[in-house]
Amino acid sequence: MDAFELARLQFAVTTIFHFFFVPLSIGLAFITAIMETAWVRTKNPEYLQMTKFWGKLFLINFALGVVTGIVQEFQFGMNWSAYSRFVGDIFGAPLAIEGLAAFFLESTFIGLWIFGWTRLSPRTHAATMWIVAFGTLLSAFFILAANAWMQHPVGYELNPETGRAELNDFFALMTNITAWSHFGHTILAALATGGMFVIGVSAWHLRRKPDSPVFRRSMTVALVVSLFASLGVAFSGHFQAQLVAKQQPMKTASAEALWETEQGAGFSLFAVGDVENGRNHINLQLPHLLSVLTTNTWNGEVQGINDVQAEYEERYGPGSYIPVVGVIYWTFRLMVGAGMLMILVSLVGLWYVRRGTLPKAIWFLRLAPLAIALPYLANSTGWIMTEMGRQPWVVFGVMLTRDAVSGSVGVGFVLTTLIGFTIIYGLLSIIDVYLLSRYARSEPPTVTEPSAERALVY
Amino acid sequence: MEQGYLNLESLWFALIGVLWIGYFFLEGFDFGVGVLLPFLGKDEVDRRIMVNTIGPVWDGNEVWLIVAGGATFAAFPEWYATLFSGFYLALFLILAALIFRGVAFEFRGKDRHPEWKRWWDRAIFWGSAIPALLWGVAFGNILRGVPIDANKEFVGSFFDLLNPYALFTGVTSLLLFTLHGAVFLTLKTDTELQIRARRIARTLAVPATLAVLGFLTWTFFNARENDGIVPGVIPIGALVAVAAVEWLLREKLDGWAFLATGLSIVLITATMFLNLYPRVMPSSLSAANDLTIWNASSTHYTLTVMTWVALIFTPIVLLYQGWTYWVFRKRIRRADVEEGVERSRDVEGFVPPPENPGGEAPSPA
Repeated sequence: MDAFELARLQFAVTTIFHFFFVPLSIGLAFITAIMETAWVRTKNPEYLQMTKFWGKLFLINFALGVVTGIVQEFQFGMNWSAYSRFVGDIFGAPLAIEGLAAFFLESTFIGLWIFGWTRLSPRTHAATMWIVAFGTLLSAFFILAANAWMQHPVGYELNPETGRAELNDFFALMTNITAWSHFGHTILAALATGGMFVIGVSAWHLRRKPDSPVFRRSMTVALVVSLFASLGVAFSGHFQAQLVAKQQPMKTASAEALWETEQGAGFSLFAVGDVENGRNHINLQLPHLLSVLTTNTWNGEVQGINDVQAEYEERYGPGSYIPVVGVIYWTFRLMVGAGMLMILVSLVGLWYVRRGTLPKAIWFLRLAPLAIALPYLANSTGWIMTEMGRQPWVVFGVMLTRDAVSGSVGVGFVLTTLIGFTIIYGLLSIIDVYLLSRYARSEPPTVTEPSAERALVY
Repeated sequence: MEQGYLNLESLWFALIGVLWIGYFFLEGFDFGVGVLLPFLGKDEVDRRIMVNTIGPVWDGNEVWLIVAGGATFAAFPEWYATLFSGFYLALFLILAALIFRGVAFEFRGKDRHPEWKRWWDRAIFWGSAIPALLWGVAFGNILRGVPIDANKEFVGSFFDLLNPYALFTGVTSLLLFTLHGAVFLTLKTDTELQIRARRIARTLAVPATLAVLGFLTWTFFNARENDGIVPGVIPIGALVAVAAVEWLLREKLDGWAFLATGLSIVLITATMFLNLYPRVMPSSLSAANDLTIWNASSTHYTLTVMTWVALIFTPIVLLYQGWTYWVFRKRIRRADVEEGVERSRDVEGFVPPPENPGGEAPSPA
């Protein structure tokens, strides 16, 4: 492997790992805030116990999101300095705004929330968690706006004099339709992640203590959040897929292993492809469904990989513009499949809750903890598909990933930090899973009000 | 090429300077607390008190760095690209240190095993000492100039960064931050711990003052050979401030002593930025290769947008960060803690669960 491939691998490792923590942080921030607000409103101590229990898990998870986030901010300059020089005029702005508007907010108010139980009034204290949750939204928006610009660059011009892309319309950057469709899909997925996590952990407890009021209430809140969020993910995903079909037809074609342009294209369920010759050996399809999904018409045209490739060669010059089709095809299916299962889990759970027989539904309580894996699978595969589907571009149609890497950083350096980050992150994930599973299985606190004066937290 | 001070490039250079000043002032003392943890924390209660003095604020302090990085990316992409790719391994070490340190604060209290705490305490010490040293080394190198070619690429090696001047700058920052942390602990603790903190602060004040004197003199002679601004009263103020710390502590004027260490950090950082101006990263190969605020900056359009963003958000940030410090202004008293330790066991309920909750072995992976 050369420095370029190692740098890509490093970006994949650090970013996927970072995004393991982010969605749960966003989801749990909202769920914790909802619970604390319920406590402030009703003064029912069960809600306080819920707040404390889930808040603790939120904090363990949040810490890792924060520290892995610093790497994200720095690695563009470290490994992708050519990219940074070329697009810094545009790409740097949302990153800086994210820090100024969102990170300060999150970090300061999380401190107030952790340490402020007795120094702030219950109302103000609950408000700090809402502010943290709002901060996560801001943060998500700005970083997604930056990513959306790489997927669908807007509001810029290429300056031949400086040889770089330069911003000329900030408003276009902020209203990029790709950014907002990313945002809706990602935030809903984060809420679904939080919901599924709470469902799984609550189920584990309810199987052992069917009467636990804390977990029965938590389960209900989470099932509702998760149902609405995962349905929303599906709808926003549909919208996003139609947008991708327009903006990056190559990504759509790869996700469907569709080699030739077709009218009335079928939705592939299982395909074995022959990438060399640009065709499939096996392809099980639901007829017409792909055309219906992407164009809303029975016989709509969907472009195939070979045709897009020919078109791009004409427009951008010789070279391959085809991503790794097998990866795009299967990550898309895994994401959609996991998402469907999440809807199913929420529906089944709510059905039992309505009938009041959830504690007796042992099979559900047994399986639900395993469902925690679903949102993680969907989140990771979704991003792998989005990012690898854009290749060979780092900025779609503007800059190739190969041209984005740091010229001055040797292969030995990249390898060193790749190994370093992998070891550090591996270690941290072991510790995190240990702590999370341990605290997730602990009894909720028996508090009835915030303690009188608790001098120390850490 | 534009000249004069009233332009967006100069404004953003100043703003990034202010972000670094804020970062070094704030994270400076929490680095110091981390470095002092093994020396001042005689027992577990001491160590918990120390960690909790910075508990509510360290994360917000660290964001100053992230915003400094982001602002550099947005306003001076060439500076960001050259600096971060050039100081590659040093930055990796800093990142690794900050990762372990951040997690350590949150995780050290989550398991009662003494070995668990000991490992996280090590992470806090090294995670604080390494960046406190390396930020100095990094800034020493920026001031001194590093090999940058005509394509704005760093062409030196890792060992070029380990020159005497940069290392001396690193030692200075480590000493100064540790002193800053010691004075902070004097302000935030009581009884034995406070006495020890004041004693170590007074001991550290002398070498810290000498280091500042050495750094400023060395920088002065370097600076005369370049075309940066050689500020007069500012470095002298930095020296006077740090020199006064020992006396202020002897007189038990702890609040003033904290202001003095803080002021010294502020003025030294200001000295560095003034000395650089209008360059952001001088090249040791040729002055023609210097990265300056002119050839490293974003377009006027981007700088204008970012100026509006900064004008809107900065006052809000300062307001609520200030409010946090007000909320947590109280000293942490050992008596409260010892009582609290007992009470937190029964009432607060966040005692880690038994080894095998639910009768199943905890699965660490």
